[in-house]
Amino acid sequence: MIRTEEMLLNVGPQHPSTHGVFRIVLKIDGETIIEATPVIGYLHRGTEKLAENLQYTQIIPYTDRMDYLAAMTNNYVICHAVETMMSLEIPERAEYLRVIVMELGRIASHLVWFGTYLLDIGAMSPFLYAFREREAIINMLNEICGARLTFNYMRVGGVKWDAPDGWIEKVRDFVPYMREELAGYHDLVTGNEIFLNRVKGIGYYSKEEALDYSLSGANLRCTGTSWDLRKDEPYSIYDRFDFDVPVFHTGDAWARYQCRMQEIEESLKILEQAVEQFPEEGPVMAKVPRIIKPPKGEAFVRIESPRGEIGCYIASEGKKEPYRLKFRRPSFYNLQILPKLLVGENISNLITILGGIDIVLGEVDG
Amino acid sequence: MMEDLLYAQPGWTHVAIFFALGAALLMTVLGFVTYAILAERKVLGFMQMRTGPNRVGGRFGLLQTVADVFKLLIKEDTIPKLADRPLFILAPVIAFAPAFMVLATIPFSENMQFADLGVGLLYYVAISGISTIGILMGGWASNNKYSLLGGMRAAAQMISYEIPLVISVIGVILFAGSLNLNDIVRGQENIAYIFLTPIGFFVFLISSIAELNRTPFDLPEAESELVAGYHVEYSGFRWAFFMLTEYVYLFAMASLTTVLFLGGWMPLPFLGFIPGMLWFGIKFSLVVFFMIWIRGTLPRLRADQLMGFAWKVLLPLALLNIFVSAAVKELFL
Repeated sequence: MIRTEEMLLNVGPQHPSTHGVFRIVLKIDGETIIEATPVIGYLHRGTEKLAENLQYTQIIPYTDRMDYLAAMTNNYVICHAVETMMSLEIPERAEYLRVIVMELGRIASHLVWFGTYLLDIGAMSPFLYAFREREAIINMLNEICGARLTFNYMRVGGVKWDAPDGWIEKVRDFVPYMREELAGYHDLVTGNEIFLNRVKGIGYYSKEEALDYSLSGANLRCTGTSWDLRKDEPYSIYDRFDFDVPVFHTGDAWARYQCRMQEIEESLKILEQAVEQFPEEGPVMAKVPRIIKPPKGEAFVRIESPRGEIGCYIASEGKKEPYRLKFRRPSFYNLQILPKLLVGENISNLITILGGIDIVLGEVDG
Repeated sequence: MMEDLLYAQPGWTHVAIFFALGAALLMTVLGFVTYAILAERKVLGFMQMRTGPNRVGGRFGLLQTVADVFKLLIKEDTIPKLADRPLFILAPVIAFAPAFMVLATIPFSENMQFADLGVGLLYYVAISGISTIGILMGGWASNNKYSLLGGMRAAAQMISYEIPLVISVIGVILFAGSLNLNDIVRGQENIAYIFLTPIGFFVFLISSIAELNRTPFDLPEAESELVAGYHVEYSGFRWAFFMLTEYVYLFAMASLTTVLFLGGWMPLPFLGFIPGMLWFGIKFSLVVFFMIWIRGTLPRLRADQLMGFAWKVLLPLALLNIFVSAAVKELFL
């Protein structure tokens, strides 16, 4: 009989595969994980508390730093919340611009996920291919708002800048290009036997568990639950587009991968239609007072970010700063199931499972 | 020339000559390593739409590796306080020495061989097994949990893959009727053994990539899992020695593949006027390129899958290969 001994292994916060400053303390026996304790908070900046002393427009750049891979959706959620409180009418053109940049952001975010996930699994090239396409998106977003990651593009009542000349055409050209590249990804990765062996059946959870842990986004849709706020509770102008919600039933890392890859395709569909319907003329900003003071009361809105359901709760006392602000940050909720999934797995699977959840530490720690 | 030297009365001249020849081979190998690393970076860069090194040494970065190695050599030599000091120092040496020793038996051309051993193939396999100890030692002595895991993985992997590797060449030995690498090359005068034992070649190639710890079998140093595996705590020239080991083995393994399956220095028909050395170089480069190509394409296996693959797939295939090779030899040759 071999005598084995448990060992405490500290993974992170400076580990190559924890995607930022996530730390997890593992109790391992050989390579088998017996217990996993995540430690978060290394990137906590207290956004919600800071917001209590900021005017609404000043809060927007802070939201950029939460989910820095898809900052446009974060911009939108705070603006949307304030607009809901003030019952503002948003100009058509601004709504279309918002949808276009949000869907571009969703694709960019999924591309980063795809690339880094494959890098975690050990394939090097897909990362660089994915980043090439992401670069194209980022350049477009840079052109419209002057920033590559922290956009600060949306405002309460519309968007800050109109699209420059020829920008819409660029987005139009991007759609077929991205479809072509996506087919290339499938050729390179999706059918690869080693990749399939690494992800199939790994990190399984059932529909009930996913709902119990309040998972959202692709992490929920991989279990056979069709829940996408763009479809089920349409906000902005999403009810005008024809797109599907990809749902998979196996509940493992493979389903999550397929789900995200198909979401890119669906986003491309939305982009195509949005560019087609894009109004020629019109303002991009509603008539909004210089100092925004939502009426006394509270509001909660939720939208579909690339990582899941992002919510924003505002309690206002009719002042120019919110009385209390709270974000429902999907990465934080999605991460909670991790310790449960890790028990009994080995270290290679740790990487596959953690990567499959798709967290952004800025969002986890708020 | 080597024959005469080996059987002549030993003297100081001989020592000097052997030393000079050894040094020459070492320099050749170092030159190869320098440019293999550059080639790897350039080829990977090409596959991934990057440029690769392009600053030091002109547009193609010809001196990039030289600069890198120089940096490693002048770097501060750090040894962790809690490391097992003697073992920590010894590990890179034990890993590297066999990598260089195995080169002695490789026939680079008809006359270019350092030791024409009767059991050349066996010698290669036996000596290369020692490196595993060096790697395991480095992983253990570092007193780091990641490197321990990496070292254990390396030991398990290299021992498991050594078995199909050795068994897969039995087909070649059957055809050549000898373990001598020169005889094996001469036996391929009419047809390279890759055509006679394709299964053997397949198993050998996969096992050799696993032996080299290269993607998709780079588990011992899996960057995304174990940070850097067995050499987490190594830096400077000791780390350089581990890297050197890896690339010298790449050199040795590609040479061995060329010798065993691709006909070594034998020319293609009607092209005999091209010197053997060049033929060896071409075939050898193809093998190296293939390994770089694989690295640019495939993801990494998981530890348990890796073991399963060795024992459940490669080993039966290698055993089958013995039978098939024997049948081919009996029926067609």
